[in-house]
Amino acid sequence: MATHAADAHHDDHDHKPQGFWDRWVFTTNHKDIGTLYLVFAFIMFCIGGAMSGVIRAELAQPGLQFVQPYFFNQMTTVHALVMIFGGVMPAFVGLANWMVPLMIGAPDMALPRMNNWSFWIMPFAFTVLLLTLFLPGGAPAGGWTLYPPLSLQGGSSVAFAIFAIHMMGISSIMGAINIIATILNMRAPGMDLLRMPLFVWTWLITAFLLIAVMPVLAGAVTMLLTDKFFGTSFFNAAGGGDPVMFQHIFWFFGHPEVYIMILPAFGIVSEIIPTFSRKPLFGYQAMVYATASIAFLSFIVWAHHMFTVGMPLGGELFFMYATMMIAVPTGVKVFNWVSTMWKGSMTFETPMLWAIAFVILFTIGGFSGLMLAMVPADFQYHDTYFVVAHFHYVLVTGALFSIIAAVYFWWPKWTGKMYSEKWGKFHFWWSTFFVNVLFFPQHFLGLAGMPRRIPDYNVAFADWNLVSSIGAFGMLASPIIMFAVLWHSKKHGAPATTQVWEGAHGLEWTVPSPAPHHTFTEPPVIRASMLAHGDVTH
Amino acid sequence: MAMAAGTLPDRWQLNMHPGVTETARNAYHIHMLMLWICVVIGIIVFGAMAYAMFKFRKSKGAVAAQFSHNTVAELIWTIIPIVILIVCAWPATKILVHTADTSNPELTIKVTGYQWKWRYEYVDYQGKATGINFMSKLDGDSDRTRQLKSGLDPHAVKVGEEQTYLLNVDKPLVLPTNAKVRFVITADDVIHAWWVPALGWKVDAIPGIINDAWTLIEQPGTYRGQCAELCGQDHGFMPIVVEAKPKAEFEQWLAGQQAANAAQNAPAAAQAPVAAPQG
Amino acid sequence: MATAQGKNVYYVPHGSKWPAVGTIGLFTTMIGAANWLNEHSWGKPMFYVGVAVLLYMMWGWFGEVIRESIKGMYNHQVDTSFRMGMMWFIFSEIMFFAAFFGALFYARMLSVPWLGGEGDGALTNFYLWQDYAPAWPTNGPSAIGGAFETIPAWGIPLLNTLILLTSGVTITIAHHALRAGHRKQLLVFLGLTVVLGAIFLYYQAHEYIEAYQHMNLTLGSGVYGSTFFMLTGFHGLHVTLGTIMLAVIWFRCLAGHFDKDHHFGFEAVAWYWHFVDVVWLGLFMFVYVL
Ligand code: HEA
Ligand code: HEA
Ligand code: CUA
Ligand SMILES: [Cu+2]
Repeated sequence: MATHAADAHHDDHDHKPQGFWDRWVFTTNHKDIGTLYLVFAFIMFCIGGAMSGVIRAELAQPGLQFVQPYFFNQMTTVHALVMIFGGVMPAFVGLANWMVPLMIGAPDMALPRMNNWSFWIMPFAFTVLLLTLFLPGGAPAGGWTLYPPLSLQGGSSVAFAIFAIHMMGISSIMGAINIIATILNMRAPGMDLLRMPLFVWTWLITAFLLIAVMPVLAGAVTMLLTDKFFGTSFFNAAGGGDPVMFQHIFWFFGHPEVYIMILPAFGIVSEIIPTFSRKPLFGYQAMVYATASIAFLSFIVWAHHMFTVGMPLGGELFFMYATMMIAVPTGVKVFNWVSTMWKGSMTFETPMLWAIAFVILFTIGGFSGLMLAMVPADFQYHDTYFVVAHFHYVLVTGALFSIIAAVYFWWPKWTGKMYSEKWGKFHFWWSTFFVNVLFFPQHFLGLAGMPRRIPDYNVAFADWNLVSSIGAFGMLASPIIMFAVLWHSKKHGAPATTQVWEGAHGLEWTVPSPAPHHTFTEPPVIRASMLAHGDVTH
Repeated sequence: MAMAAGTLPDRWQLNMHPGVTETARNAYHIHMLMLWICVVIGIIVFGAMAYAMFKFRKSKGAVAAQFSHNTVAELIWTIIPIVILIVCAWPATKILVHTADTSNPELTIKVTGYQWKWRYEYVDYQGKATGINFMSKLDGDSDRTRQLKSGLDPHAVKVGEEQTYLLNVDKPLVLPTNAKVRFVITADDVIHAWWVPALGWKVDAIPGIINDAWTLIEQPGTYRGQCAELCGQDHGFMPIVVEAKPKAEFEQWLAGQQAANAAQNAPAAAQAPVAAPQG
Repeated sequence: MATAQGKNVYYVPHGSKWPAVGTIGLFTTMIGAANWLNEHSWGKPMFYVGVAVLLYMMWGWFGEVIRESIKGMYNHQVDTSFRMGMMWFIFSEIMFFAAFFGALFYARMLSVPWLGGEGDGALTNFYLWQDYAPAWPTNGPSAIGGAFETIPAWGIPLLNTLILLTSGVTITIAHHALRAGHRKQLLVFLGLTVVLGAIFLYYQAHEYIEAYQHMNLTLGSGVYGSTFFMLTGFHGLHVTLGTIMLAVIWFRCLAGHFDKDHHFGFEAVAWYWHFVDVVWLGLFMFVYVL
């Protein structure tokens, strides 16, 4: 081991393990594990995307053309679970794996073996989940929110789905522990907390959220399991329980979960915008505190998903006010991004385009979120396509766009190859056009009264649904285009420089491209000039 | 015109309809208030971004400034949103308090959700038990048309001129106009949600639990809605139809139903509870 | 090996098969359990095979870590990573219990009173559960599982509280002994802790048998039975794990794995044990006494 470390330091020779098994299955290397996570997430995005294709195909016209309603419900449920737990979360963990050690000057993740385990549980968890599609009775069909009693009516899928969720939870918790330990313990000397890149900060807080709420989800689904198989009455009023209790526990997890899917996105965008504005991030410290406030608030707003369950008036008011408050720290972030661009010297390479689209479209999603927070109006919006539009804006043009931006941004560092700007931009304009065709009309559908989770609808809804489906089929090409761009870059891309982007600052841009298999085996000395945001402590 | 607005969604409809009750109008107002606030903030934020993107681009020779914070600006854009939010919260709170008050109804309806139909019990009208109680489920035309690959055209499902595919039932809930109606809502198997957009609210129907809500319909008409909580395979196929009639007509209808009831089975009427507590 | 670079290099292992073994173990366990619940005959054996693989994984993985540790490959920073790992793991466990405590409080403070007509539940009670009067313990308006008795707090539960509290003291004494280099005292007090854990478990098992056989108190006794057994059951499971961990540590002490300043393994188990102890205090208060 010592020899490895020494060599890596003297020349760029990589010492990657050679065989497939050693390189990918038994690996403890944060970069390889990061790659594994990203590849896995990409595959899951495609599977989840295919399911959304089934959904949108059936919804393109009134009447049932392709699938039975029950199968439609399975598609909705599994689409969401795959996208959230298989797509967005692993993609962010993959980015953290790759970038956090590079950004803080650590030789690897704090607990490298556990890192491998966190990853390899995921494909198996999803094998369990996706297997249920082929069981008699099919996959879970009660919505990704798994509300009892409906979710307990599923056949043999219930136990499988619950255990799959347990496995995802174990993986996420171990992944999060690793990230926290890495950030708190592995920073190079001089990399003080308030000098860390914002991506690292957002992940630190995200990891905390994960450790706090994934066990709560595990508890909630365990109670589902015992209600179904062991005769408990947690969610059964006849036995003194309450179906609504599940919703409280679920959303105590579920709301922080949605911020788990957006905070790292904030971090990514806070790296990209300064780079292409050639100007330090505006309001670094405010960004850190805003992230922390959002995380704190996320624990006290959960019941805004449950305004129609018949909560007492005081509860409705409390959760409405608390939810509205989140607009304030989130606004701080948006304003800071705009101020970072202000008086910069901007160029619009592909990652910057995705980041700018993120700021605009996420904000639109945030606006509809704020509208949903108003209880009297939510009595109308709830469980309609207005909600579907809201969360796809924050999830797809929010979380997913940031992931794509990040991949373009760091790809040259990972592979040492530039991608084709022309085709990267094509990918961007294609996806941004179709994603809006796909999701913007869903606001109209919701306001006109179309409930969510239905396979068929009144003819008055037909027109906008067709538009939305056309957008969906355009959007489904997005991963294919991206794959082609990246494949082409891998094969024929121009070599990348160490700094890659003219405006790039930060430790990760001081190591060669591609980043050697081992980096920072001895801690670097941090100088303010290496920091993306300059020295903020003055 | 206002009446048509309440009945069915329009093709290419863009916005919420104001509905036919005070609650629905309130929801609509809050919705529009929030919408405009968001539009204005959006114009400011996106406008600033657009300006920056055109003005401060490298290709135009822009040189990056190096400032990295400005406490005054940051304070301003923390405080102004707080003020805006308070402005929004105020009317929402007032409306919510008003909406929550289900006391002193003239008519109480018990709604029970089943997979996949609704039961309506007219618990009491003007203090008297009525004994009326029936199921309401998707109409036959829609039901035939909605089968997978039925080959039937959803556009052909009509009531008069209205295209009612999936929004019609065999037996609607008949209500009086200009009377406060209280709903007590529950379910028998899984969670459902009772929603008629023109009335302005939805409430979950939860097995083992009673939720309540109220309405006061101002215009006679037929108002259509749907179950709004995923409740299994036919969740998309359990619509709700409310027929609001002027009081006199309603009372006539009620008497007719009671007569029919009495003729059919004598013992049913006696059991319904009276004088429910005010929730 | 690592010594060549001096203590400043953070030890990064190069490849390990144990996570892969663990993944296979977990996968087998979960598939087995799901099939067991769905009443497939091979579910149960598969579950046990999976558990066996997981145990093998732990044996091998921890063994590797111990060997590396003894070789002196871990510097102070590695030690800190382990500590943070353990602390945050315990935090996740706390949150897991929080879900069940949350369920208990929700049932006692909200759902049961509402079903009984208090507060917002007036209508629920009137229309659906007219004869139901809220009380705790309860098995709900439909008296699911039939009449049952509860376990009085001041018998075995009190005894178990004292046992766990004592075990908290004995392990602390053992820790001091370890730091002071008193090997014999260490082994005696750590051994005592193991024994106390086992006694606790014995009484707990006894209590469960009583409940099932003579008091008709089961998992199926409405929401009381549900919260009672899930909380005490998961706690019992953690005590079992903790006791096994303590026993392992005892053997490692015997084998001389730890010295005055280098005994993270011991401390991790001690933290875990204190966590289990504190959870029990919560249980004793909210499940038994109140
Ligand atoms: C990444 C995921 C993500 C994010 C970031 C958010 C962000 C927000 N969400 Fe969203 N939400 C979801 C994912 C997300 N949500 C999902 C998945 C669901 C549905 C789950 C299901 O039922 O299946 C949902 C549902 C949901 C509901 C329930 C709707 C219903 O079912 O009836 C509500 C209600 O309050 C809500 C509110 C909000 C709010 C207030 C924010 C805020 O954080 C937004 C804050 C941002 C802004 C406001 C914009 C920027 C701010 C400014 C420019 C400052 C100035 C602005 C003002 C003062 C107005 N969300
Ligand atoms: C992150 C989460 C996520 C994502 C990405 C999507 C993406 C899409 N969703 Fe999904 N959706 C949900 C989360 C998500 N959704 C949730 C939580 C629900 C609620 C479920 C419920 O009710 O229970 C839902 C429900 C839902 C519905 C409502 C169903 C109903 O109520 O009946 C519909 C209908 O149109 C829909 C459509 C789509 C479509 C067309 C896309 C398209 O955007 C898909 C096209 C995109 C891709 C194919 C992936 C692109 C990926 C890349 C380019 C890869 C880049 C990554 C790397 C390189 C690592 N979704
Ligand atoms: Cu009933 Cu949906
Ligand atoms: Cu939320």
